[in-house]
Amino acid sequence: MRYIRPLSIEDAVGQLAGSAGTAAILAGGSDLLVRMKGGFVEPDLIVDIKSIAGLSEIRETADGFSIGAAVPCAVLGENAALKKAWPGVVEAAKLIGSKQVQGRCTITGNLCNASPAADSVPALVAAGARAVIAGPTGKRTIAVEAVPVGPGKTSLAKGEIIEAILLDSQAPRSGDAYLRFIPRTEMDIAVVSAGVNLTIDEHGVVTAARIALGAAAPTVLLVEEAAEALIGRKLDEAALERLAKVCAGACRPIDDKRGTIEFRRKVAGVLAKRAATTAYARAGGK
Amino acid sequence: MAGIAVSTTINGDITEYLCQPDETLLDVLRDRLGLTGAKEGCGTGDCGACSIILDNRLVCSCLVLGAEAEGRRIETVEGMAHGDQLHTLQQKFLEHAALQCGICTPGFLIAAKDLLAKNPDPSEEEIRFGLAGNLCRCTGYDKIVRAVQDAAHVMKGA
Repeated sequence: MRYIRPLSIEDAVGQLAGSAGTAAILAGGSDLLVRMKGGFVEPDLIVDIKSIAGLSEIRETADGFSIGAAVPCAVLGENAALKKAWPGVVEAAKLIGSKQVQGRCTITGNLCNASPAADSVPALVAAGARAVIAGPTGKRTIAVEAVPVGPGKTSLAKGEIIEAILLDSQAPRSGDAYLRFIPRTEMDIAVVSAGVNLTIDEHGVVTAARIALGAAAPTVLLVEEAAEALIGRKLDEAALERLAKVCAGACRPIDDKRGTIEFRRKVAGVLAKRAATTAYARAGGK
Repeated sequence: MAGIAVSTTINGDITEYLCQPDETLLDVLRDRLGLTGAKEGCGTGDCGACSIILDNRLVCSCLVLGAEAEGRRIETVEGMAHGDQLHTLQQKFLEHAALQCGICTPGFLIAAKDLLAKNPDPSEEEIRFGLAGNLCRCTGYDKIVRAVQDAAHVMKGA
């Protein structure tokens, strides 16, 4: 096993692309080191990306925010501008693990670990976040929901690294929220979860919506029919009921010790309603 | 076998060591440097017994590689007392009997130190929340919370 700490993204990409055997990218390590300890992965090469310039920073750009791949979730919670613009994303990121884990874990790692139950991912998908990927043939930017392709699997090719997550500035009268169900009060893995991002007009009518469900399918689900259930309407009881029904129907969950299919379907609908209500209030809707 | 040469600062002292690429910082502290305060409970970041402060952030040293510590600043429980003079938190843990078997105690002490450094006047809820990454199977937590409350009170007055 080799451990390297490149100073540039080009060097990191080159080392990953040229490596024989298994290579792993290390930022916070809160998934990687657990998997190494458990014997699930034995990388031949570990590429620590924390010394690459810019990857440990949150930048405010003309379009919004660029969150470097190595920024710990704790830092997201300390960024007042980001919290104000995207409270749902920050809340979701802050739900990951303990204070100890918060000091290390990253939203990019959460995304690339590709767990269906990743907390920050439905919130990022609802927010329309994009991933900037550096690779051997240059850079490309894709929707966050295009990164995970199955449990533990991503669409990233050999040598590719997500260097940042982009969040655009919120449109006026917009709000986002994320909720998950867990059987305890803190520090657990989502049984099912929902992220909602809404924009309303001056009359409180929803003009744009993105609803994403977590732990409801092999990958995060962007439920377009759920957006259609809200757009053009105020968030009244009828719209919320329709939202819940569509979300429950869109789920393709599994039965496991943490929840049954039936339970996950029902709770997905309930969480979508509640998250939508919070997002609506944050957008200024009454 | 050769290893990765690391130069870091531990409890204010510049420290150099060689480690293997897959060796955790916890193993380096305990097995190479003799700093056995941090304990391995779970080895997977769940129990907090290996807590240390790395560049002003509370982390589980079992989830950090030894090689990652290059150029960084580490605080462990060994840096809390000054000679025979215990840190206020250590003294209050003793007075409140906030430990039984003691395995979790160094982790709780360092986590409480980090908590009070960032929030010198925490509510009980904030203490319980702030220490939720540390597991104790003996005390039921109440005595730990009371010790931290008392320490906070004393440290504010200091």
